[in-house]
Amino acid sequence: MTSWFTGFLPFGWAWFIATIIDILVIALPLMLAVAMIIYADRKIWAAMALRRGPNVVGPLGLLQSFADGLKVFLQETIIPSAANKGLFLLAPIITFTVALIVWAVVPFQAGVVLANINVGLLYVLAASSLGVYGIIIAGWASNSKYPFYSALRAAAQMVSYEVSIGFVLISVVLWAGSFNLSTIVEAQKGLWGGWLNGFGFNPLLFPMAVVFLISSMAETQRAPFDLTEAESELVAGYQTEYSSMSFALYWLGEYANVILMSALNAVLFWGGYLAPINVWWLNWVPGIIWLFIKIWCFFFIFSWVKATVPRYRYDQLMRLGWKVFLPLSLFWVFLVSGFLMWTRVGFGS
Amino acid sequence: MSVGQIIKSFTLWEFVKAHWLTLRYFFKPKATINYPFEKNPISPRFRGEHALRRYPNGEERCIACKLCEAICPALAITIEAEPRDDGSRRTTRYDIDMTKCIYCGLCQEACPVDAIVEGPNFEFSTETREELIYDKAKLLDNGDRWERAIAANLAADAPYR
Repeated sequence: MTSWFTGFLPFGWAWFIATIIDILVIALPLMLAVAMIIYADRKIWAAMALRRGPNVVGPLGLLQSFADGLKVFLQETIIPSAANKGLFLLAPIITFTVALIVWAVVPFQAGVVLANINVGLLYVLAASSLGVYGIIIAGWASNSKYPFYSALRAAAQMVSYEVSIGFVLISVVLWAGSFNLSTIVEAQKGLWGGWLNGFGFNPLLFPMAVVFLISSMAETQRAPFDLTEAESELVAGYQTEYSSMSFALYWLGEYANVILMSALNAVLFWGGYLAPINVWWLNWVPGIIWLFIKIWCFFFIFSWVKATVPRYRYDQLMRLGWKVFLPLSLFWVFLVSGFLMWTRVGFGS
Repeated sequence: MSVGQIIKSFTLWEFVKAHWLTLRYFFKPKATINYPFEKNPISPRFRGEHALRRYPNGEERCIACKLCEAICPALAITIEAEPRDDGSRRTTRYDIDMTKCIYCGLCQEACPVDAIVEGPNFEFSTETREELIYDKAKLLDNGDRWERAIAANLAADAPYR
């Protein structure tokens, strides 16, 4: 698109405008997707509890999220008098922004990616680690005990699970030989004699796919790891003092993170924009459709787990992170690198 | 831990079983009704919104005996009474504070002429608190509006009293 704008603009401006348009092309549908996915989450959750879920606003209740958004938009933003005003308002913006910026490196199709940087995976790790700041700052700035407890929990939880996520990603990077997400997707082509696309079909990497899926639930603080907003103990966690749009930003950011993690699951382990089975009539379907289908499947799993598994106790959460996932993923990095040494390099050389 | 337990915990067997269960529930028919559009049947004894009834000739039933005011445990009823021009004793004021009312039904038990009753209506939420302080006009209006249902319910319940 930059080349089209350079026809009548200097290169700097052309690049700038083209990039802004690219960002909007990703961000606006994402916001729409978040609204729909909140609706879908409520519907799935309701169906598994034998309830109906939202079904009044619009056909089948499809406009429920927009009605909620409008309501929240018209409300007053209440800032507690004891709160640190600047940080209090900054925190939801950080959470929301961080949830959006990672989308820059997600490949939607072969070559269709906003920023094709060769350390894409490191960028993902860095940006998703920043997400914890939004929560910690919210807990601190609210100047209230429950948000503060919640912030402490969130910090410990996200740090714990990022460690094992890091090791899982290392085994993926070792196999693909690159940090670039597009290259990682391309490296998943043609497993099992060219039939299947996706690291998840590789028995050596499948356990890591499961660990990554569970860790991503902990990372997004979804049930069963939603201890940061355990309403039986912490009211609403770090969101307790938030209202109106600042609350809505948390809400949007949380679900944008869930979609993002679904996308990362799809991209890193299940072939991203590739068809799962390598036959011509499945390859004929555009890659972005495959990515959407996979994101949707993972989102369904997220909702499904939320509807099924009761919340973990905090010590169980820490035990799972440090005593199960960390040794397991560390061992698997050893296993994967050993296997790759054996098959690709050879011990003799 | 036995070997079987270790295999079970590493294959997430319990989780797989639980998720299979919830997936089957996902496709089951819903247990809840489609509320605003379909409603559950309610008992003839259901104690909902209050109403002041009239006789078939249009005369209001209430004789201002104030038994309901006396028995109301929440002190929600306020009555003032005076003799009317024709000499009969009638209420000049009959207020029920619906925010105080606990819907115990003692007022309708106390009433000697079946004037104050709790009807079958339970959908009377309002946007302001003031609207929930019912005066005589509102209660009589409720009586006119719900008379058919209230009379049917009283008739259905009569054999058991």
